[in-house]
Amino acid sequence: MDPTPFLALSAILFTIGCIGVLTRRNAIVVFMCVELMLNASNLALVTFSRVHGNLDGQVGAFFVMVVAAAEVVVGLAIIMTIFRTRRSASVDDASLLKY
Amino acid sequence: MVTFWLLAPVMVAAALGILFARKAVHAALLLAVVMIGLAILYAVQDAPFLFAVQIIVYTGAILMLFLFVLMLVGVDASDSVVETIKGQRLAATIVGLLFGAVLVLGVAQVTIGATVGLDVANADGNVQGLAQLLFSNYVFAFEATSALLITAAIGAMVLAHRERLTPKQTQADLAAQRMRDYVDHGKHLGPLPSPGVFARHNAVDTPALLPDGTPAETSVSRLLVARGTVRSAPALADDIDELTRSMREEGSVRPGAPGESVPPAEDENDEVK
Repeated sequence: MDPTPFLALSAILFTIGCIGVLTRRNAIVVFMCVELMLNASNLALVTFSRVHGNLDGQVGAFFVMVVAAAEVVVGLAIIMTIFRTRRSASVDDASLLKY
Repeated sequence: MVTFWLLAPVMVAAALGILFARKAVHAALLLAVVMIGLAILYAVQDAPFLFAVQIIVYTGAILMLFLFVLMLVGVDASDSVVETIKGQRLAATIVGLLFGAVLVLGVAQVTIGATVGLDVANADGNVQGLAQLLFSNYVFAFEATSALLITAAIGAMVLAHRERLTPKQTQADLAAQRMRDYVDHGKHLGPLPSPGVFARHNAVDTPALLPDGTPAETSVSRLLVARGTVRSAPALADDIDELTRSMREEGSVRPGAPGESVPPAEDENDEVK
């Protein structure tokens, strides 16, 4: 199996996630796009692991997953807190840190 | 490779769908499609452990968390189309596409050496190989991960916690309040009447009728009234009038109401009682 198509797919998914983060306004969707980028990089890690014939890439992908899980928990809690005070999940509304 | 070429278009389409979906729930479900596709690609690439973890952690835990928060925030909260910075969306799209082009071109130009494959590394089994690495080379990273997870859990609890501003109402308080209401306003002490005493179908949305034939407002949940799903009570009273009349006139002959399933005779007797 040629690894290049896998890497290309990973790059495409990463780009789509990137554009999503830049253009979408709903904080939760922005978050999902971040997850998409993390997943795309995981695909590249797993592919490289296969290319090099050792499991270090897979361990890296595993750590990325753990960090993503922790990040999602805290991030969604922050979104909930902002939503509770501002009644909105739009990233434009949370332009001030305090009020 | 067949799996890849089958999955890749689906995944790219789903990822584009995340970009263009108006509703956040649709985006979440499309993200699930991408993640399951990725899991299958992991399985194809000799990573069975990551395949399982991807499905369990990403589609199982993280996406459910996303959906949970979406339901809390309100499913119908859709994106605003108004741009805060003029031309930001267009500029971001162009820059993003350029970035993607650079990335894909870079990947295309790099010559990757011959693929070694994981047959040797996975000789003792993929999970065993990963464990070997995790608990030798990466043991400190692994320990740090545990600290990170605990911090995240505590952080989420702190952020989601809300200080109680008023004292908690106990059952004794509620009972005293009910008694006070009775003394002050003469409000009925007992429970509210149950709905659908004269029901002809699934009954929670049908108000009970008082002895004089008027509907009892309190017998239907306020939520149903607000949503407008309550069957109109006067019409219902007419129904019952009609039913009793036809019973009196025709005796044993059943009145077949058009479009409605005819209830069995015992039910009708119950209703009239």
